[in-house]
Amino acid sequence: MTAFLQIDRLTKSFGSISVADDLSYELRKGEALGVIGPNGAGKTSMFNLITGTLSPNSGRVLFDGHDVTRLGAAARCRAGMARSFQVPQPFSGMTVFENAMVAATQAAGLRGKAAERLCLEVLEQTQMLPKANALAGGLTLLERKRLELTRALCAKPKLLMLDEIAGGLTEGECRSLVQTIKDIHASGVSIIWIEHVVHALLAVVDRLIVIDFGKKIAEGEPKAIMASPQVQEIYLGIEADA
Amino acid sequence: MTMEWVNAIVQGTLLGGLYALFAAGLSLIFGVMRLVNIAHGDLIVMAAYLGLTVVSVLGIHPLLALVLVVPLMAGFGYVLQRAVLNRTLGDDLLPPLLVTFGLSVILQNGLLEVYSADPQKINAGVLETASVSVAGLSLGVLPLLTFAVALAVIWGLQWVFYHTALGRAFRAVSDNQDIAQLMGLNRRHIFGLAMALALGVTAIAGILLGIRTSFDPSIGGGRLIFGFEAVIIGGLGNLWGTLAGGVILGVAQTIGAKIDPGWQLLAGHIAFLVILAIRPNGLFPRISA
Repeated sequence: MTAFLQIDRLTKSFGSISVADDLSYELRKGEALGVIGPNGAGKTSMFNLITGTLSPNSGRVLFDGHDVTRLGAAARCRAGMARSFQVPQPFSGMTVFENAMVAATQAAGLRGKAAERLCLEVLEQTQMLPKANALAGGLTLLERKRLELTRALCAKPKLLMLDEIAGGLTEGECRSLVQTIKDIHASGVSIIWIEHVVHALLAVVDRLIVIDFGKKIAEGEPKAIMASPQVQEIYLGIEADA
Repeated sequence: MTMEWVNAIVQGTLLGGLYALFAAGLSLIFGVMRLVNIAHGDLIVMAAYLGLTVVSVLGIHPLLALVLVVPLMAGFGYVLQRAVLNRTLGDDLLPPLLVTFGLSVILQNGLLEVYSADPQKINAGVLETASVSVAGLSLGVLPLLTFAVALAVIWGLQWVFYHTALGRAFRAVSDNQDIAQLMGLNRRHIFGLAMALALGVTAIAGILLGIRTSFDPSIGGGRLIFGFEAVIIGGLGNLWGTLAGGVILGVAQTIGAKIDPGWQLLAGHIAFLVILAIRPNGLFPRISA
C-alpha cells in the first residue's frame, strides 16, 4: 500500500510558537481522516502547509506519488487538492455560479459547457442551485459553508480538506451536510476533515488523529481514540471553557 | 449662438472617447491588482512612437499599424508585469508607485534619446481632415471613429470581465488573491495578462492620440492626469463610468475653451475637483476605495 498523501516530519514555527512539530501521518486513497485537537493546536496551519499557503521549516508533503513541498498553492490545487475554510471566504462580488465556475475552469481545467455542467451538478448536490445567481457576499452562514464545499468540489479534487465546516450550524443543517459529505466520500474522494462537532465527524471518518501543540498525540480507530483518557482530558478541557 | 454651444458639447463628448481610452487601461490595472501605474501616460506616448516607427518603416496606414503595435505593447506589458511589477505588489502601496514613477522617468528619457524632443505626428492622410455634416454640425471623422473605438473597447472589456473564464479569473484575483491561488489561479500570470490587455488598449489610445495631435516625449504626464481624472470622475472599478468620466472631462474642456481658449485645461481640472468634492467616490463607483 502506498500513501495517497504523506505528511513527512513537517515542522513549522513562528518564533517560539510551533504550529507543526515533527508531524507525520499518511492518508490512503479513498480514506476519510478526521482531525481533532484543541483550538490553536495547529490544525488549520497543517492545512495551510498541505495546500502550500505556508511553507514548512523542514519536512515534506507527498501527494499522489509526487513531492509537492516546493510547489505553489495554485499548482497543488490543479494537482487535485481543494479545501474549504473555517471562516467562509467566497469571492463576494461574484455570484454563486461564478464562484463555482472559477474552480471548474481554473482548478479542474474544464471549459465551456463541460465546466457549466459540472457546476450545475455540484450545486445540485450541495443544494445551492436555487442560489446560483445570488451574489456570494449576501449569503447566510449555512449557504456560505455550502458554497465553500461547492467551490472545493468544482475543483474536482482527489483530496478534499474540510475545515470546521459543521461549526455554527443547527442540528438539522448539520445532518444534511454530513449526508452530503458521506455521498462525496462514497464517490471515491479522499477526505481530511478538521472538526470540533465530533458526532458529525464520527459519522463519516474511518480514522482519527489528535493534534496538540503541532504534534500528533494519538492516531487510530475513531471510537477507541475518543475513549482514550488523553483525548477525554483535552476535550473536557475544551468543553469547560467553550 | 446656441448651435456653437451644442457644437462644443458634441466635440467635447467625442474628445471624451479619447480620454476614456487613456483611462480604460489604468482602470483595468487598478481594478485587478490595485496597482497605480504612474507610467501609464508615458506608455501611451511610447505606443504613439511605436506607431510612428511602424508607419514610416512599412509605409502603411496608421490604423493598419495597430495590427503590429497592439500585440507588441501587449507583449511588453506581460513581460513588464512578470519581470518587474509583480515583485512590487504586496500589502504596501508605495513600492509599485515608486517603481512605476521610475519607469516613467526611464521611458521619457529613452524616448528622448531615440526620437529626440522634436514634436512628431502620425500622418493618417484624409482621415485627419475628413468630416461629415450632421444636423448642421460638422463632425470630424477621426473624433467620431475615436469615440466609436472607445465604445467598442469598453464594451469588449466589459464582455471579457463578465462573460469569459479570463474575466472571472480577473475578478476572482481582484476579490481575494489568496483564495484565488487556492482555486488554481496563478496570480502572477493573471496579473501579466491584465497588464497585457491594458497595454493593448493603451496602444490603440496612443495611435489615435498621435493621429489627432502632435506629440513629444514629455507629454505623458498630462495624458496620465486626464486618465486619472476620467477614472475618478466615473468611479473606481466601473468601466462604463470611466467612459462617462472621459466625456465629462472632454465636455468641460471644450466648454472652457469656448469661454476663453486659455481655459481649456483649467476647466477640465475644475470640473474634476467639483465632482470630487461633491462625490468623493466618483459618480458610479463599484469598488469602495
